[in-house]
Amino acid sequence: MPKIVFGGQSFESGTASVLDSLTAHGISVPSSCRSGLCQACLMRAVKGRVPRAAQNGLKSTLVSTHHFLACSCYPEEDMEVALPDQMNTLAARVTGRESLSANVLSIRLRPDRHFDYVAGQFVRLYIDETTSRPYSLASVPGLDEELELHVRRVPDGKVSGWIFDELRAGDTVKISEAMGNCIYVPGQSQQNLLLIGTGSGLAPLYCIAREALSKGHTGTIGIYHGSRNRSELYFVEQMRAIAKKHSNLRYVPCVSEGDMVPDCAWGMAPDVALVDHPDLSGWKVFLCGNADMVKAAQHKAFLAGASMRDIHADPF
Amino acid sequence: MGLYEQIGGEAAVNAAVDVFYRKVLKDDRIKRFFDGIDMDKQHTKQKAFLTMAFGGPNNYTGLDMRKGHAHLVERGLNDSHFDAVMENLAATLTELKVPANLISQAAAIAESTRKDVLGK
Repeated sequence: MPKIVFGGQSFESGTASVLDSLTAHGISVPSSCRSGLCQACLMRAVKGRVPRAAQNGLKSTLVSTHHFLACSCYPEEDMEVALPDQMNTLAARVTGRESLSANVLSIRLRPDRHFDYVAGQFVRLYIDETTSRPYSLASVPGLDEELELHVRRVPDGKVSGWIFDELRAGDTVKISEAMGNCIYVPGQSQQNLLLIGTGSGLAPLYCIAREALSKGHTGTIGIYHGSRNRSELYFVEQMRAIAKKHSNLRYVPCVSEGDMVPDCAWGMAPDVALVDHPDLSGWKVFLCGNADMVKAAQHKAFLAGASMRDIHADPF
Repeated sequence: MGLYEQIGGEAAVNAAVDVFYRKVLKDDRIKRFFDGIDMDKQHTKQKAFLTMAFGGPNNYTGLDMRKGHAHLVERGLNDSHFDAVMENLAATLTELKVPANLISQAAAIAESTRKDVLGK
């Protein structure tokens, strides 16, 4: 009989669902409809195969990151499960740091054990037991050997300030496992992709684009990266170089304050993107960055015809 | 064959949910109730609502409906807003070419939640 492991406890699943098994052992899991509709009981498999029926109706990104609905999950083999925001941590050694602009830093890391992630995800970086912030991964598994984080310096930011001022190559830091919804799921290589980000939200977009291109994506890939002014944009030359090599990739840096800049579009990145692409029926949309921007852009992209299941957002 | 099967089951819900949710968000009479909400979660709720209206499998009770809408009733949710949602539901199903007799059955199920949704 399959076993369920949760938070170090292990028990037989019997014929009950994961939700009922956990509840019977005094573990509280949010739930509501108990019929696979409301998705309140969303969980994540750390180990073990998820039965297909337990992922019915979930977004493809959640399926590929091993999420499932506890109420509809009847384990067929041993499973280790966790709540979606429950993440293990691990140690990683800093192998390098490089300034990308006045306020964005690249940090290279080598985790002390195998690290499973998908292009476009992020990790939390801890400065003590309770203080952590999310940072975008700018590396792609299979293409890059080390992990790379893009860290934007937040004014008076506790963690980003520490990373900028204190963290050195050779140090060891604690990071979480990878998480995040903005990931490329292979299988629809002709679908057009619209990638919109602000600040260090460029990192996941850059990863998604590289991953898509490495998997032979043939649909249009439009990347709109916004900042207030030209000096806050970063990675412009690297992005232009990639766009030059791939005719289906279009990179549009956007500046939203002050005077117009010759090599950039003027306006908020989502607005510029939607003027270029007013009909998003059939498109897949990725939104990463400032929470207000992400929320507003999600609304606009949906009204412009993108299906909700094709809109992936990671606000931070 | 039950209504849910006749209307097309889960595939019909998936086809209808974006059309329906987009109509609701564009409707000046009710869109303010959706300001600032988590769109992914709301979309999932819309799917659950349509599944219920199509006579599909669900465990929702009148009490769930009351609890789920109480904060909106406090903000002024009333019959005119419920009517607007009913209109959007019918318009969605008409657009998807669902036969009129099935539309009226789905509308009757949705209508049966009115009192609970409005906390009456």
